[in-house]
Amino acid sequence: MHELPITENILSIVCRHAAAGNVTQVVSITLDIGELSDIEDEWMQHYFDYLSKGTVAEGAKLKIHRIPIVLQCNTCEKTFEIEKSMIGKSTCPNCKASGDFSLLSGRQYHIKEMEAR
Amino acid sequence: MDEIKLIQIKEEILTDNDRAARELRRKLTENKTFLVNLMSSPGAGKTTLLLQTAAVMKQTYKTGVIEADIDSMVDAEKIREAGVESVQLRTGGFCHLDSLMVKQGLEALGSDTFDLVFIENVGNLVCPAEFDTGAIKNVMILSVPEGDDKPLKYPLMFSTCDVLIVNKTDMLSLTDFDMDRLRGHISRLNPTMKIFEVSAKTGQGIPQWTEWLKGELSAFLT
Repeated sequence: MHELPITENILSIVCRHAAAGNVTQVVSITLDIGELSDIEDEWMQHYFDYLSKGTVAEGAKLKIHRIPIVLQCNTCEKTFEIEKSMIGKSTCPNCKASGDFSLLSGRQYHIKEMEAR
Repeated sequence: MDEIKLIQIKEEILTDNDRAARELRRKLTENKTFLVNLMSSPGAGKTTLLLQTAAVMKQTYKTGVIEADIDSMVDAEKIREAGVESVQLRTGGFCHLDSLMVKQGLEALGSDTFDLVFIENVGNLVCPAEFDTGAIKNVMILSVPEGDDKPLKYPLMFSTCDVLIVNKTDMLSLTDFDMDRLRGHISRLNPTMKIFEVSAKTGQGIPQWTEWLKGELSAFLT
């Protein structure tokens, strides 16, 4: 639902880097996005195509890499990855604790790199 | 055709909002204005709970409200009728408030002279969780009829808030809502989250919540 403002930010960051790097055309943009973020890849691309018209990034493909959710068990301090659908009902695979976990990863919104001419 | 080159960007997408939110939080701390961001789905009872809370808090603290609504003035009018100063931000279809909008709301309210300001965020458990508003505390309201499984569906919202208010406890006997199951989900997502069980309708649990808020506020203001 909030793909639009996110996409606006991506475009402005990409255009800034494109200007600095004397780029004539951005081919692809690689994003690292945490599994916890409710972002639809397809909508991101639609919004991006719409917003980027007439810019150096027009036609660029978004490559979205999902970063897994990692929790740390505060009882035994071991870290473990879990699926989004299991968050809130998982147990620690090491000590079997059924709660008191800290979120270490899964909220990322990061632009890694772009391919450009 | 030029060769394709790889350009490292390595930037956070939400940097601008995060930076603006941090700056706003710093200013609020300096000016001693305690900003509380209230989030929930539509119909969880945000406005009713806010009215009850503001009625208690305004006896001791200068209290104001920033209302966000997609395109109406209904909530702001209710708040004003209750004698609480408020401004309405029309988000014009936007699904959340960001720190820039909140800053404008604070300016419109004249927040420098306020001790306590509530933001009534857009009713939605998805988007507001992603955008730091600059608030000192993030509070979410879950109402009993929504079910105890909501942390499983909206984990980000439940993991970013400091406080969970479970509202409409007067309806517990009408549903299969299991408070222990809810607490179990929360413990896995956000073990330090403070939980209050209230009924904005009967007033049950409101004193515990407002006492806690007063404690936080007096620590913040001194």
